Amino acid sequence: MNVESQRVAYGEELAKLGEKYKDLVVLDADLSTSTHTYMFGNKYPDRFFNLGIDEQNMMGMAAGLALSGKLVFASTFAIFATGRAYDLVRQSIAYNRANVKIVVTHAGLTLGEDGATHQMLEDISLMCGLPGMTVIAPADAPETRRVIHAVTEMDGPCYVRLSREKVPSILEDRQFKIGKGIIVEDGADVSIFSTGITLNIALQAREELKKTGVSAAVLHMPTIKPIDKEMIITSAKKTGRVITVEEHSIYGGLGSRIAEVLGENYPARLQRIAVRDKFGESGKGWELLEKYGISSNEIVRHANEMMG
Amino acid sequence: MQKPTSKPTTHNALSATELKTLRLKANEIRRWVIEMVFSAKSGHIGGALSIADVLSVLYFKELNVDPKNPNWDGRDRLALSKGHASAAYYAALALRGFFPKEELLTFRKINSKLQGHAYKGVPGVDVSTGSLGQGICVSLGMALAAKMDGKKHRVYAIIGDGECDEGSVWEAALNAPFRKLDNLTVILDRNEFQNDGSMYNILDTGSMEDKFSSFGWNVISIDGHDMQQIVDAIEEAREAKSKPSVIVAHTIKGKGVSFMENNGSFHGKPPTEDEFEKAIAELDEARSKI
Repeated sequence: MNVESQRVAYGEELAKLGEKYKDLVVLDADLSTSTHTYMFGNKYPDRFFNLGIDEQNMMGMAAGLALSGKLVFASTFAIFATGRAYDLVRQSIAYNRANVKIVVTHAGLTLGEDGATHQMLEDISLMCGLPGMTVIAPADAPETRRVIHAVTEMDGPCYVRLSREKVPSILEDRQFKIGKGIIVEDGADVSIFSTGITLNIALQAREELKKTGVSAAVLHMPTIKPIDKEMIITSAKKTGRVITVEEHSIYGGLGSRIAEVLGENYPARLQRIAVRDKFGESGKGWELLEKYGISSNEIVRHANEMMG
Repeated sequence: MQKPTSKPTTHNALSATELKTLRLKANEIRRWVIEMVFSAKSGHIGGALSIADVLSVLYFKELNVDPKNPNWDGRDRLALSKGHASAAYYAALALRGFFPKEELLTFRKINSKLQGHAYKGVPGVDVSTGSLGQGICVSLGMALAAKMDGKKHRVYAIIGDGECDEGSVWEAALNAPFRKLDNLTVILDRNEFQNDGSMYNILDTGSMEDKFSSFGWNVISIDGHDMQQIVDAIEEAREAKSKPSVIVAHTIKGKGVSFMENNGSFHGKPPTEDEFEKAIAELDEARSKI
């Protein structure tokens, strides 16, 4: 299986879409070599603006460009887009329903060595709270390409969360539709829901569980808002046991959203795997996930506990 | 009180009729502000009264807008970055014919389009604002879009004095000259007050003329209650090449109602019935003298 970078996929896809979409404008806040928006900038210098380290101004300008008819992509690290510039995203973009695609990279613990100050763990929570904001976390590079294409076709603000680390291209041949989950592997005993790049961890856990005769379904939820309620309920009805995994805070991420759906519709046994009220730290991305319990071992442990 | 550091040159002197119209419209805007805030028992009077003359010039002389077609693509854009001056803004829009004046008294009440802070759902409003330091950033995006498309309309932003405490204002202030956004005019309502009182007791921001000038802006300093100077400044800004312009409009918070002038307590407090009647009487008397 290919191991690819979501960021490179993003940059390449943008550069490709620039040809078709003449109104596509890309903004970055001095991180374009990391987010890979520079790939678009090299091809379309007249439609690429590296604004300097001013995320608030970037989000405001993004709104102004969008309200003037431009299809705007605004990129930086997750921490700065949703933390530093939150109020501008809320008032100038979301409240005005400006057609801005906020595509961030370096989300979560897998940002790695830069440590807690740059590891954004509450962005899904912040963005899901904004009325009308679509929130998407693709699992790998091929899905990132499809997501970027899909959000250009949709009207209204959205948030796309990418990670720094290269990840296996699991979803090479799978369709992406905003608001729809993907049954990556079917199973009868436990449903493992994942969003973003933790999909490969969920699949590893499935393989481990198989060895002891536990049949796990692996469901990828690229869209966290609007969430695919039907898939959650159907799968919970089938297996009766639900585990969620994500590189995000335990508060307000995929696990919270699934707990809400189950609580209101079909209460089922649920175990959430996420960062439990902690800041991150420096280290290699995958080591950090392991240390903070975002791991296949943890999924297996919880699944076995549930199986009793 | 600061004074304008210069005076713009007059190229087109207002005729007596024009001057009278602009003064009457400003007086009407002020009267509506008082009516609206009194009726809502809520709203920001002081900073609405200080910007009334500028709004009169914009909507009754300078802005290229079409009330019958508020979303016309060729229109000049305006972002009221100090979104709490919404009462004056809505009044100017209604007087210009964007929507019926009767709607003004629904201001800040439930089920009204006229939200507490400037709201895009109101005909003629280009962007919702309220949280300070945002409209100016949005105006840069609008100006950049117009440049990219070779469109000739101008983009205006009205920013507040206390608003300039916000860091994002200065992010925008750094960016606009670098991108040569000469189609952008920012009007700073320099009334020297902010929510908690006089800026001299809270954060004395010194000379805005010097600050914007050092950031690379074309700076025009005026008396923000002198119609001719407002006109001259807007026209001078329109001619500026390769630089964005800022008009530092020295104004008086609460202008037009004697007991509200330079009185910080009328920033966000509605008038009592007695104050309301006095204010209306003063404005009506002023009107009879225009």
